[in-house]
Amino acid sequence: MSVLEINNIKKSFGRTEVLKGISFSLEKGEVLSIIGSSGSGKTTLLRCLNFLETADEGTISVNGSTIFDGSSAKKLSDSEIRSNRLHFGLVFQSFNLFPQYNILKNVMLAPTLLKRGSPEEVEAQARALIERVGLSDKISSYPCELSGGQQQRVAIARALALKPDILCFDEPTSALDPALTGEVLRVIKGLKSKDSTMIVVTHEMEFAKSVSDKVLFMADGIIEEYGTPDDVFGAPKSEKTKAFLNNSLERF
Amino acid sequence: MFSEVIKALSDGFLVTLQIFGITLLGALPLGLIIAFGSMSRFLPLKALVKTIVWIIRGTPLMLQLIAIYYGPGLLFHNNIWNYSNGRMTAVLVAFIVNYACYFSEIYRGGIESISKGQFEAGQVLGMTKSQIFFKIILLQVIKRIVPPMSNEIITLVKDTSLSRVIAVYEIIWAGQSFIKGAALIWPLFFTAVYYLAFCGILTVLFGLIEKKLSYFSA
Repeated sequence: MSVLEINNIKKSFGRTEVLKGISFSLEKGEVLSIIGSSGSGKTTLLRCLNFLETADEGTISVNGSTIFDGSSAKKLSDSEIRSNRLHFGLVFQSFNLFPQYNILKNVMLAPTLLKRGSPEEVEAQARALIERVGLSDKISSYPCELSGGQQQRVAIARALALKPDILCFDEPTSALDPALTGEVLRVIKGLKSKDSTMIVVTHEMEFAKSVSDKVLFMADGIIEEYGTPDDVFGAPKSEKTKAFLNNSLERF
Repeated sequence: MFSEVIKALSDGFLVTLQIFGITLLGALPLGLIIAFGSMSRFLPLKALVKTIVWIIRGTPLMLQLIAIYYGPGLLFHNNIWNYSNGRMTAVLVAFIVNYACYFSEIYRGGIESISKGQFEAGQVLGMTKSQIFFKIILLQVIKRIVPPMSNEIITLVKDTSLSRVIAVYEIIWAGQSFIKGAALIWPLFFTAVYYLAFCGILTVLFGLIEKKLSYFSA
């Protein structure tokens, strides 16, 4: 059974149709990279999965149960949206750590508010996650004292603290200078296991090639190409994919 | 004579402090509620709140004091303030509503200046709207609004003297009474010492709050 199955997702902002019917499925433990030029709808797709935007049409199923159906007239209540969101985690391009809390508290805040275990359990789990992203020595620092790469690693730990079924990354390294992207991508690569399913929107082609199980190339709101990294990077079928890859991989 | 003046001025200043303190206690939370109203997506509510804020900020506080105190009696022949603390209550109503409107705009500016990402980060972590506001947004807003708030609050200290217009015995009234009663002008000017000292204390206090919140940058 697929952990995630989305079917014919459409989304318009005013008259602009950003997603024109997106369907794919993801097996547990798979890493999917979504590539494509700016404005192709990658970020909107992630935001629809995380219910930061509501898709106009289509269905989203997690572990076989449909959590969103655009055709049903019933509007989801706030609490339904909240419980749907918990299937997904999202790591933002701009980190969005909570500036007034130290690193430990940033990771602990949501599990504490959602009562995911006793305070001791929540703290022990948070400490383990912070160690996993390699920041144990920064545990009582505040976000403003960390580099961009370190902040993003904290954001990853914070998203993992709620144990989402699918962890999404929205261009996690786009706000970082090149020297810092490596540490973040290594952390993401290190998360790869048979239990963790990830969707990564990225411009890092080497990363997409080496880490992902599936690559999805989006252009103008549709899936232009979908397959294993070998298929998409090695033998792209569509002209648009070829042109995009040529541009992205071009060396100066 | 000096001790007599000090006694009278101090009594008056206690009333001034009372107006100041109770106005803050009422206007700080009311301002937040008004701010939510003016940001509401329910348009009739938003329009109503914006109109009220326009009227309150667009007319002199002195006029509002007079209208609130004399209005019920003149319009409906029903002086609702006709009891021992009636004048003081009328003053507090006028001040709380007036200051809440000014505070609401400061709150709104502060809330709208917080990046959308902070709200979204709370949302994707499954928090409720009130958890997001109280656990994530509020402290960042407070940090940003301390300077404009300190301005408003220091203005409030001196605006309390307007309550004299409906005969509330605050410090200016106390000082002025010596002109008629004892032909002394200096007690009136001496009230400035009280205002200066109190505003000095507030300035130090706001400085401490800013320092206390400087551990994070938002």
